[in-house]
Amino acid sequence: MASNANETNGPAVSCRGVGKIWAAGTSRAHEALKDIDLEIEPGEFVVLLGPSGCGKSTLLYLIAGLEEKTSGLLTYFGDAVSAPSPDRSLIFQETSLFPWLSVWENVSFGLQIRGESEPDRRAAAKEVLQRVGLAEAGSKRPDELSGGMRQRVAVARALAMRPRVLLMDEPFAALDVQTRQKMQDFLIDVWRDSGASVVFVTHHIDEAVALADRVCVFTSRPGRIKETVKVDLPRPRDPFSPECEELRKQLTQLLKDEVDRAFEEQEKMAEAV
Amino acid sequence: MAAVSTDRTSVGETGKIAGGQKSPPAPAGLTLPEPLREILPKIGWTLVSVGMFSLIWEILWAIGWADPKLLPPPHIFLGDFADQAKFFNTAQRWAIGVSASAGPSPWQAVLITVVSSAMRVFVGITIAALLALSLGVAIRYWVAVERLTLPTVTLLSPVSPIAWLPVAIFLFGIGNAPAIFMVVIALFFHMTIATINHIDGVNRNLINVARTMGATKAQIYRRVIIPAILPGVFVILRLNLFGAWMVVLIAESTGVGYGLGQVIMLARNTFNPSLVFFCIALIGFLGFATDYAMRMVQKRVLYWVNDPSGVLRGL
Repeated sequence: MASNANETNGPAVSCRGVGKIWAAGTSRAHEALKDIDLEIEPGEFVVLLGPSGCGKSTLLYLIAGLEEKTSGLLTYFGDAVSAPSPDRSLIFQETSLFPWLSVWENVSFGLQIRGESEPDRRAAAKEVLQRVGLAEAGSKRPDELSGGMRQRVAVARALAMRPRVLLMDEPFAALDVQTRQKMQDFLIDVWRDSGASVVFVTHHIDEAVALADRVCVFTSRPGRIKETVKVDLPRPRDPFSPECEELRKQLTQLLKDEVDRAFEEQEKMAEAV
Repeated sequence: MAAVSTDRTSVGETGKIAGGQKSPPAPAGLTLPEPLREILPKIGWTLVSVGMFSLIWEILWAIGWADPKLLPPPHIFLGDFADQAKFFNTAQRWAIGVSASAGPSPWQAVLITVVSSAMRVFVGITIAALLALSLGVAIRYWVAVERLTLPTVTLLSPVSPIAWLPVAIFLFGIGNAPAIFMVVIALFFHMTIATINHIDGVNRNLINVARTMGATKAQIYRRVIIPAILPGVFVILRLNLFGAWMVVLIAESTGVGYGLGQVIMLARNTFNPSLVFFCIALIGFLGFATDYAMRMVQKRVLYWVNDPSGVLRGL
């Protein structure tokens, strides 16, 4: 919003040498991210792929502005990221809906924070819920919904703020395989419809294959981008097509070395303890 | 008392929470409205449970093991209500010019006693809850408040309320005030610490969602943290309700003038076990009733919290 002027030029998110050390300066200091260089174009779908604990979620939190980087330069449409903003909505793995609010109140939570009137909020919630296919569920409570529906509501809540970047932290990890595939199709629709960039964190290769314009494969300890794979396949993608198989093979090989290394390190750490 | 309503028939039969079709008080073939179908088995099993223990007691009395002078069984201490009730007389008979038979009728006397004890409990617990919630939130909201108050709160929290009794009398003399003070002081410190713990336990995702939506610190507290801790705080309130009933008896026994604690003290001083057990039965019933009332309030106010009782029954 603050940067309408340079809407057309420059990346949506730009990371230059971004690093994050947890508990910096203490004996528990632990380097989560190192030298991250990443540019995310407006409308691009980027998947951050890596083993658990490799710092990919940390990068997401840095972009969201929920945590502060310890080194490097992180900008959003040219402005330094210093605080969270509804422009960069984050969607979590676990349900993050407010259980005491109905679905439409959840969806319009951010609008209420902004101070919009109730009729406006109701109208906005209705419109967004329609887009995620939950037009009828507005007055339900979150615990009356299935896991997939709850994540749809979480997406709707983010969309209600008209974000230009959607940050997703393994949003479908807790869902069963069939629901997850449905949700992936749903997400592609929503993404196309909204024109926002998506940064999607996952450790599922299949998910990366199904969704990404570009896959950033992470190394662990400290987290770095090992390799970036461009995916130029039309959507919807057939997961069993030769191109997808090829991509899956490539990503599997890239990840395998990482997972092996992470395992070895964990074993070493366990022995040290 | 609250635990006695376990519906044992449902174990192993359905694996689910039995609606109540198998309840003793609801005759088969009769369809009752749903709230009744849920509540009748609970009442039924409560009666069965209390009845079972009463029966054991009565049997012990009948075979001569329970001395009726020391452990009078229920039919004795509940049998002669009027005789028991006369000890609840609230007229200030020790005052000059008041006759021994002055004052309200026995029924009224019991009612006055019970209501005044209950009033002390409720006023005390309300004040304690408001203070503890405010201080707990303030401690997390402003670091300065934490640094200045939390150490003292933590130091004072393990002090037994009995130790505060002389303080209550020094400060407030006799009457309602010291009893209410005792309830407040007994609950306040624990509830403050519990409030802080609940604030720390609020799901970070909920807070982060609010942050990404651009909420200010005040908005996060008002719209996220306080609603999120309410269920937990309410449970603490319910648990402390029993504590409040215990403390109010101690406070009353030191000479508030009237109240259940004072009657128990009278029973002790006059060696009247029947009256003691009568009071215990009364207090048990009151505690049960107030807990039930609180649970009803909880259902209403905290509509989003599922009742977890019974989830382990399918094991």
